[in-house]
Amino acid sequence: MTWLSPIGALGRAVLTFLASVGQVAIFAGRALSHVLRPPFYPREFLNALLTIGWLSLPVVGLTAIFTGGALALQIYAGGARFSAEAVVPQIVAIGMVRELGPVLVGLMIAARVTSSIAAEIATMKVTEQIDALVTLSTNPMKYLVAPRVLAALITVPLLVGIGDIIGIAGGFAVAVHSLDFNPATYLINTVNFLETRDVVSSLAKGAAFGLIAALMGCYYGMQSGRGAQGVGRATKGSVEAAAVLILAANFVLTGVFFSI
Amino acid sequence: MIVMENVQKAFGDHKVLRGVDLHIEKGTSMVIIGGSGTGKSVTLKCVLGLIQPDAGRILVDGKPAAAGDRDAFLARFGMLFQGAALFDSLPVWQNVAFRLLRGSLKRPQAEAREIAVEKLRRVGLKADVADKFPAELSGGMQKRVGLARAIAAEPEIIFFDEPTTGLDPIMAGVINDLIREIVVEMGATAMTITHDMSSVRAIADKVAMLHDGVIKWTGPVAGMDDSGDPYLDQFIHGRAEGPIEAVR
Repeated sequence: MTWLSPIGALGRAVLTFLASVGQVAIFAGRALSHVLRPPFYPREFLNALLTIGWLSLPVVGLTAIFTGGALALQIYAGGARFSAEAVVPQIVAIGMVRELGPVLVGLMIAARVTSSIAAEIATMKVTEQIDALVTLSTNPMKYLVAPRVLAALITVPLLVGIGDIIGIAGGFAVAVHSLDFNPATYLINTVNFLETRDVVSSLAKGAAFGLIAALMGCYYGMQSGRGAQGVGRATKGSVEAAAVLILAANFVLTGVFFSI
Repeated sequence: MIVMENVQKAFGDHKVLRGVDLHIEKGTSMVIIGGSGTGKSVTLKCVLGLIQPDAGRILVDGKPAAAGDRDAFLARFGMLFQGAALFDSLPVWQNVAFRLLRGSLKRPQAEAREIAVEKLRRVGLKADVADKFPAELSGGMQKRVGLARAIAAEPEIIFFDEPTTGLDPIMAGVINDLIREIVVEMGATAMTITHDMSSVRAIADKVAMLHDGVIKWTGPVAGMDDSGDPYLDQFIHGRAEGPIEAVR
C-alpha cells in the first residue's frame, strides 16, 4: 500500500466505468439493429406488448391518480400562502405532463418491467436456455431482446400519455370534491394552459425511458453471472441502472425541450 | 467427421483446454469422460461455437466450424443439455418443434405439432404431455423432452451434455438406452460428455478421457478396462488414489 494506491483504485474504477459504458452502447446499437433486420418474431413481440404495456396499466394508473391528487393538495396549500390557489389546474397539468407523468411512469416501468426482463433472461442464461436458442439456430438478440425493446419503445409513451391523463384526473377529482373548484373552469384552464410542446416532450420522454428500461433489463440479463446470486445481481443492477439513467435522461430531455 | 486439433481455451488465468486433439468418425458414438471441471462442457461448446477457442482448429466434415453459414452449420446439430434447457414459456410440443416453427426448417404449425408428438412418442412420452409446460414435468420427463427436441429436425450430429445427471438409476438407464437406440436408428454421429460410467458403457463406441486440458487416452469402449492408462484406470474404478488428485 503506497500513497499512489487510491489514485490507482480511482483509475481502475474510471476505466471499468468507461468499459461498461462502451459495452452498453455496443449492446444498444446491436439491439436496435436487430429491431430493424429480419427475421422478426411477431408472437414474442405481441407477448412483450401485452406484458410491458397492458399489464403495466394498473400500476401506472394508480401511481398517476394518487400523484395528481397529492399535487393538487400541495399546490392549493402552497398557493394559499400568496393567494394563488386558482393556479391549481395549470400547475397540476404542467407538473404531470412535463415531469411527474413521464418520470413516475418511467420509474414504475423500471421497477416492474426492467426487473422482470432481467430476471427472466438471466434465469434463461444460467439454465442454458440461451445456449439452447443458439443451437436451435435462433439469435437471442433477435428472439429475446429486439421484441422487448420495440415493445417498450411503443408502449411506454402510450403509458405516459395515459398516466398524464389519469394524473390530471386525480388532481381534478381532488380539486372539485375537496377544494370547491368549478369542474368546467378547471378543465378549461387545464386545456388552455397546456401547449403542444408539453405533450410532445412527455411522449418523447416516455419513448426514451421505455428504451432505457428494456435495454437495461436485457443487457443485465444477458450479462448475468452464474447461479441464483448471478440472477439477483443482474436484477438489482438492471433496476439501479435503469432508474439512474431515466432520471439523467429526464434532465437532459428537459433541457432540450425547455431551455430558453 | 469432427476433428479437433490442439484446441486451447482459457478463462482469465485458468487454462481449461491446453491442446485437445480428438477425431470422431462419422456415425460413431464418442463419449468424453473426465472429472468435474476438466473442460468437457467447454470442449463440446467449442465445437458448437458457443465458446470461441483461443487456439487450434475444429473441422466438421473437413470444413472449419467457425466459417461459413452459421444457420446451416447449426441445422446439422441437435443437443441435449444437462438440465434439458427447455423454454419455460412454451408448452412441451413447441419446445420439441422449436426449430420447425421458425427459420429455414419452418413447417406449417399442424405438421410441426404432429412431428413433435411423434418424437415425444419416440422417447416414451404420451401425446397428452405435448400441451403441458416444462415446469409440470419431472426431471426424467424433461430430459426425454430435451432428447425429443434434439432429434426433432433429424440432425446428423447429436451432442449429449451429462444426459443422466440428476436422474435415478432406472431413469438413467432408460435415457441411456434411448440415446443408444436413437443414435443407431438415425445413423447419427454422437458426442456425449459424462462422468457416469454406466452411461459410457451403454452409449459409447469410443471413449476419450479428458484430464488437465488434454485427451489422456482414447480408444474403443471394449479396450477401456485393460487400457493400462493410470488416469483412465483410476477414473473408471473411482479410486481416490492415483495420478488424478482427489481434491481439485
